[in-house]
Amino acid sequence: MRTDLAVIGAGPAGLAASLAASARGVRVALLDAEPEPGGQYYRRPAAGLRARRPRAPHGRWRTWTRLRDGLAASSVRRLADHHVWCVERRPDGLTVHALLGPEQEQPAEVHARAVLLATGGHEVVLPFPGWTLPGVVTAGGAQAMLKGGLVVPGRTAVVAGTGPLLLPVAAGLAAAGVSVAALVESADPRRLVRYAGPLVGKLPEGAGYAAGLLRHRVPFLARHTVVRAHGDERLTGVTVAALDAHGRLRPGTERHLPCDALAVGHGMLPHTDLAEGLGCRLDGPAVAVDGEQRTDVPGVWAAGEATGIGGAALALAEGHIAGRSAAARLRGTAPDPGAWAPAARARARLRASASALDAVYAPPGRWTDRVTDDTVVCRCEEVDAGAVRAAVAGLGAGDPRTVKLLTRAGMGWCQGRMCGPAVAALAGCAPTPSRRPFARPVPLGVLARPHADTAGPHPTDHPAGTGPSTDHPAGTGRPADRPTERGPS
Amino acid sequence: MSESLTCDVVVVGAGMTGAACALYAARAGLGVTVVDRGPVAGGTTGAGEGNLLVSDKAPGPELDLALLSHRLWAEVAQELGGAVEYEPKGGLVVAETPGALDALRRFAAGQRANGVTAAPVPADRLRDLEPRLRDGLAGGVHYPQDAQVMPALAAAHLLRASGARLLTGREVTGVLRGTDGAVRGVRTDRGDLHAPAVVNAAGPWGGELAARAGVSLPVLPRRGFVLVTEPLPPRIRHKVYAADYVTDVASDSAALRTSPVVEGTAAGPVLIGASRERVGFDRSVSLPAVRALAAGAIRMFPFLSGVRAVRTYAGFRPYLPDHLPAIGPDPRAPGLLHACGHEGAGIGLATGTGRLIARVLTGQAPELDLTPFRPDRFPPTSGEAER
Repeated sequence: MRTDLAVIGAGPAGLAASLAASARGVRVALLDAEPEPGGQYYRRPAAGLRARRPRAPHGRWRTWTRLRDGLAASSVRRLADHHVWCVERRPDGLTVHALLGPEQEQPAEVHARAVLLATGGHEVVLPFPGWTLPGVVTAGGAQAMLKGGLVVPGRTAVVAGTGPLLLPVAAGLAAAGVSVAALVESADPRRLVRYAGPLVGKLPEGAGYAAGLLRHRVPFLARHTVVRAHGDERLTGVTVAALDAHGRLRPGTERHLPCDALAVGHGMLPHTDLAEGLGCRLDGPAVAVDGEQRTDVPGVWAAGEATGIGGAALALAEGHIAGRSAAARLRGTAPDPGAWAPAARARARLRASASALDAVYAPPGRWTDRVTDDTVVCRCEEVDAGAVRAAVAGLGAGDPRTVKLLTRAGMGWCQGRMCGPAVAALAGCAPTPSRRPFARPVPLGVLARPHADTAGPHPTDHPAGTGPSTDHPAGTGRPADRPTERGPS
Repeated sequence: MSESLTCDVVVVGAGMTGAACALYAARAGLGVTVVDRGPVAGGTTGAGEGNLLVSDKAPGPELDLALLSHRLWAEVAQELGGAVEYEPKGGLVVAETPGALDALRRFAAGQRANGVTAAPVPADRLRDLEPRLRDGLAGGVHYPQDAQVMPALAAAHLLRASGARLLTGREVTGVLRGTDGAVRGVRTDRGDLHAPAVVNAAGPWGGELAARAGVSLPVLPRRGFVLVTEPLPPRIRHKVYAADYVTDVASDSAALRTSPVVEGTAAGPVLIGASRERVGFDRSVSLPAVRALAAGAIRMFPFLSGVRAVRTYAGFRPYLPDHLPAIGPDPRAPGLLHACGHEGAGIGLATGTGRLIARVLTGQAPELDLTPFRPDRFPPTSGEAER
């Protein structure tokens, strides 16, 4: 199918962008891998479960109903169960390649004049002895279970790691009737006080969760870490210990907490596979964008967690700006940033809070010291920390790619999305861009199909008033296949 | 940080060829330093499939080098076999049409006369060797000498076994020459390395290094993609490719050419090559190239249609205009030796290349006549018109 703007990802950023663009007369196709829109943040129980309205802060519910109703009333073409594996630059625009349905076997293509990447983020979990035991889940996974299936991962849980996600997960588990033995946070959230300024607005939400923890008497262990998860067949408990200022264990502080579930998370990273495949410039781990949320590839916008982890409110603001910018440029006009000034102010404020949170929540300095040689690091290929260390010490590997070549860490099904940060840290170097041309595995039979129909522009297919001169995305008047060029703004 | 080091020979390039040069030079008693601006196996070696092939070589100097290398690889495998994932799995070349089969059989007859084991396989016996091949193929030839290693592991383990000093992340910025023109070592971004001999094992960047020594060597990159599938139980036993691969390898065309080369690996994934195009050092993924690889692989093995590709990556074969590598001393710069330009056969030809280089370095007669590999056999380049 053909459209003006293809939005990839129906979380907060993608929804806000789709609504903003379609309200301004642009044909929008909204692709998402899930059957229902909303993304992880607005995840809800499937209709078949007949659940009552899920527990969620009032503001979040109100925003969701507004987005949902807006989407229903809009002309946005919703493409659910579309798993995008690649976005291809073509002389006449961009082609989004997806796989359909839960089996992901049938191909689908969307030809668009512009693409907005609202691909979100993914969780980081760093390894520690025992982390592969059944009963250990990611913090985000526990949250998805709570929000989507109304199931809980166990009877007695420990929530551990670092980052602002741990608080709502612990509060959610407690509210769902799980006995939360402790919230173990390796950072010291008292440092947040230093950033009180930028965090105004974030604090009430946090305070609500904190009150919930207090009500359920959940012990909060700041500057503590899980040293090891115990169990033979499945998790039976964890050892926790206090950390000193350098991230080392404080001697004599170890203690055992029995539990049958451990929800662990160490923050999030942006999903950048599609952006990297398109050749978009990155800024650290995130897609680099300008004030209009444009990447440096003509016709490609990005918004939300893909451009830096910052939460749903920031994603909404960025998506709104991106949608308005794309709509204006697709119609061949320069957008007026004054028209989205409130969103831009929210974006500035929320980005400042995000960097404040980033500064406080970081994995403890010496965490790799506690990863024993027999701890599996890459679960897909079952590579342990000892193999990674041997490649570095004995075979001359000094970067993540060479470690991968010499150990197979990161070569499996998840292509290093899970183990990338850990492997880099064990090798003593910074993570490097991973070059994953396929954002997800794609059947060879789909790859092999002929694709003759997509070549060349189809002028008759353009909406009235655009004309052939705006055939190039973003109205730059330049072919889309010239890398790293940006048109006059 | 700057330091000055002295040794007998500096090898530039920590890929497969550099590792083999280091191994044989060190075993000949020389003190070796290997220097690379990237990591071990960071260039072509890390992007290859690890082919040790005799099957695709026509009689001539490259086949002689392949047969020498084949014997040496078998020795290396005795010592390091498991660590480098050496698999003497054999190759199977299949022809789709009677015409292609005739050409393949004539080609194989010539190879047999030159020491290659090449057994014709009639159409109805192909499935004895590869049960999942499609129906309707005209026939094939079985090459039991073809083998495979995991190239990055091979480079890393040969380097370690050599005992050479390894300096990675260090770029050679110039080749030091004395007033008499003789090579005295290399200049790096972190100090000089002094040695009376320098080996250029810089693969597709070998032309660049030659230029830093003041000589020309027209090495160009020829891009190839490899498709990697999800891990499978062993289903493809040999290195299987279509007879037209041989003509693609020998082709001079800059345009995209693909001919399917399909093989299983010890670790489970199936690897699918081999596209060839000359587009400079452009690493961005070309969907047309990748699509053609997938289609070619399914044409031979229909079951692959439902198997998922988990990644694809590009590599750059170091290519010289006559498709032969440059191996041996450079008379234009005494003390400089070249060991690069092996195109897509560098892993397989590495051991022989390393041995020949070691022979020259120690003043012994090499096992093969180096005349066809002379580095000064090309006319001076007129820029980089190819790109």
